[in-house]
Amino acid sequence: MQRARSDPRITAGIVALAAIALLIGGAFAGLIREGAHDLSGAASAFDLYLLRVVRFTLWQAALSTLLSVVPALFVARALSRHPRFFGRGFILQLFTVPLALPAIVAALGILALYGRAGYFAAIGGQSWPDIYGLSGILAAHVFFNLPLATRLFLEALGTVPVDQWRLASQLGMGARPAFRLVEWPVLRASLPGVAGLVFMLCITSFTVVLILGGGPAATTLEVAIYQALRFDFDPARAVTLTVLQIALTFAVVLALTRLGANVTGDANLPVAPRRYLSAGTTETAFNAILIVLALLFVAGPMAATVASGLGADLSRLAGESAVRQATLTSAGLGLLAALLSVALSLSLIMARRALALRRRGGRSLLEHATDTGAGFVLVVPPIVIGAGWFLLLRTVSDVFAIAPVMVVTVNAVMAMPFAIRAMRPAYDAASERHEKLCAQLGISGWNRLRLVDWPSLRRPLATGFAFAMALSLGDLGVIALFGSDSVQTLPYLLLARMGSYRTADAAGLALLLGAVCLALVVAADWLGRGERS
Amino acid sequence: MTSAMEKGVAVRLDKVSFSYGEAPFLFDVEFAASKITAIMGASGSGKSTLLNLVAGFETPQSGRVLIGGADVGASAPSARPVSMVFQENNLFAHLSVEKNVGLGRSPSLGLTEADRAAIAEALSRVGLAGKEKRLPRELSGGERQRVALARVLVRDRPVLLLDEPFASLGPSLRDDMLDLVAGVHAERAMTVLFVTHQPEDARRIGEDMVFLDNGRVAATGTAADFFDGTGPEAFRRYIGASSGGSRDIARKRT
Repeated sequence: MQRARSDPRITAGIVALAAIALLIGGAFAGLIREGAHDLSGAASAFDLYLLRVVRFTLWQAALSTLLSVVPALFVARALSRHPRFFGRGFILQLFTVPLALPAIVAALGILALYGRAGYFAAIGGQSWPDIYGLSGILAAHVFFNLPLATRLFLEALGTVPVDQWRLASQLGMGARPAFRLVEWPVLRASLPGVAGLVFMLCITSFTVVLILGGGPAATTLEVAIYQALRFDFDPARAVTLTVLQIALTFAVVLALTRLGANVTGDANLPVAPRRYLSAGTTETAFNAILIVLALLFVAGPMAATVASGLGADLSRLAGESAVRQATLTSAGLGLLAALLSVALSLSLIMARRALALRRRGGRSLLEHATDTGAGFVLVVPPIVIGAGWFLLLRTVSDVFAIAPVMVVTVNAVMAMPFAIRAMRPAYDAASERHEKLCAQLGISGWNRLRLVDWPSLRRPLATGFAFAMALSLGDLGVIALFGSDSVQTLPYLLLARMGSYRTADAAGLALLLGAVCLALVVAADWLGRGERS
Repeated sequence: MTSAMEKGVAVRLDKVSFSYGEAPFLFDVEFAASKITAIMGASGSGKSTLLNLVAGFETPQSGRVLIGGADVGASAPSARPVSMVFQENNLFAHLSVEKNVGLGRSPSLGLTEADRAAIAEALSRVGLAGKEKRLPRELSGGERQRVALARVLVRDRPVLLLDEPFASLGPSLRDDMLDLVAGVHAERAMTVLFVTHQPEDARRIGEDMVFLDNGRVAATGTAADFFDGTGPEAFRRYIGASSGGSRDIARKRT
């Protein structure tokens, strides 16, 4: 028997789910309508070029995964072997930065460092090879995913119980047997999940490929969708590409969930546990080299971004009305997206908790939807949603006029899984403490929000908000489709400046954008851990 | 509640069945008005579930919960004439002692002068005068439970449910708290349902006993009968029949 009293939290969750369904459903409606309208066109889009795009998409993702994950195994192991050394905390902190850095900023950093006009080329001279193409894409993907994989592996190594280390040290295990018997089993267990996550991120990577791909030879499905809509204006081809992209990501995610991977990544820093095995001299030297190399690889593009950004005429940029306008637009859209994202996330979190509380026995479909369903929005890349709506709306209205709505809603939904991760543990813990008490004392609705939920949740909410805002500020996917001269965000303006070869301007803007996003994520992190005991 | 000296009322579970999806609970029992009834039983026997059903945190699958003769099945927890003190999490960590108690008067903390006077009086009754502005984390475990009892006083409901509220306190502190409950009970004469694991607790303040076993009421009676060695067999087994058992062994040796 269900309790007759209805819970507003469940209603909120249903509303949020409906909004998300509308967003994704609308995109699919646009695709289906276009496909049905021009079926032969969509079918004829299956050509050699398409085959090449699919093959390249998979190939670059596989290579990126290999180059990120294998070194990460050893870097993580090295970091775990040396739980205490000067700068370790800094390295781990630095390894969280790529998660916050907009892809366009990182891509520019890669160019500034390794490009034809970059710092290395200045040393290497005329023979320095061009970075555009596969090598540039790989460099950027490894820059993003090596630190991510390292942190995930380090987390896995952190799950080895201290007693096992004590035992290993008592039994006199050296580095090799300890690796084989203690470390490798946990690493191997997390390997499929981590590799799958990285593969997924690389297969849906848009900005990096757009900027560093440098031509039709190195194009992925996402970029091809964008080109089909914005340049060739070939909706039929866009439909085919989108359907392929969805099928591809869906297959990957299906495989991922089989492997038990965590599709949303993580912003947490693992703590250093006590270790009872001390590394020998050779091993220490080897580990030190490994860690320094990884550090240089990750810090390099960031340093290049800062250096070339400072080289730009920042004061002139700040005075430009286009820059000001784009900054304002970015800030406004980012704020709205973050607000919407937090509201949607909170609705789902509350509904899930309320449903779990009234549950007897099995979980309902609705509870599943509010729980894992939220993570599955990542299956549908922003470009796909954007493309669907683009096709749906192009016949009824000016697609560029709805740019703000698209940017806000798509970014809000895309940031949701991250916001949920930042907020749900705190909400569930607070609910665990307060639920009965509130029911008993009749504290509900506005009173509950004011007296109970807000005071105990404002920090995690702020964390989710800052994180969502950073993600949407740096996004180039949706705005690349819908952007125009009248609606420009900072990443869009950056792209435009690059396109017109105003490299210094682009570097300056990248520095600005990167700094803002980084500040937001640092704030999110600080808010998240700041709960004083 | 309006009147300051409301007498306790009887609590009756009329063939109440309930299940978390596994083994069902079936309670059919009456708790006498204005008495302290100790509820004992092994872990999982349904002690807390029984209190949750009375408080309204759980809804019976069938049967009726009657408080003072009225079926409260359709009432929200806050509308029932009961107060409950949990083992922990009785207080909002971010609110002062005063506000935590004040929530017993108004869920929006819209307090009148009379309310404030009642809160001050309740706090001094439980020995916390002067600590009104403290936050829960600045109090000891025993003091936190005293705040919860102060809130019970300002709520002034005819039924008090205690779900092992003193289980995490040391022995002498627990005795102090039990005496406080007994003292409050002597003044207010509310019906107290007291879940505990400790036979000494039940012995100290319990007048009646209800013993649960496997989701059923296995035995009821006065606390005196339960503890004089003639209590039900299952109950004696549960508390280990400590003195009796050892005497038997001693006798065999001689």
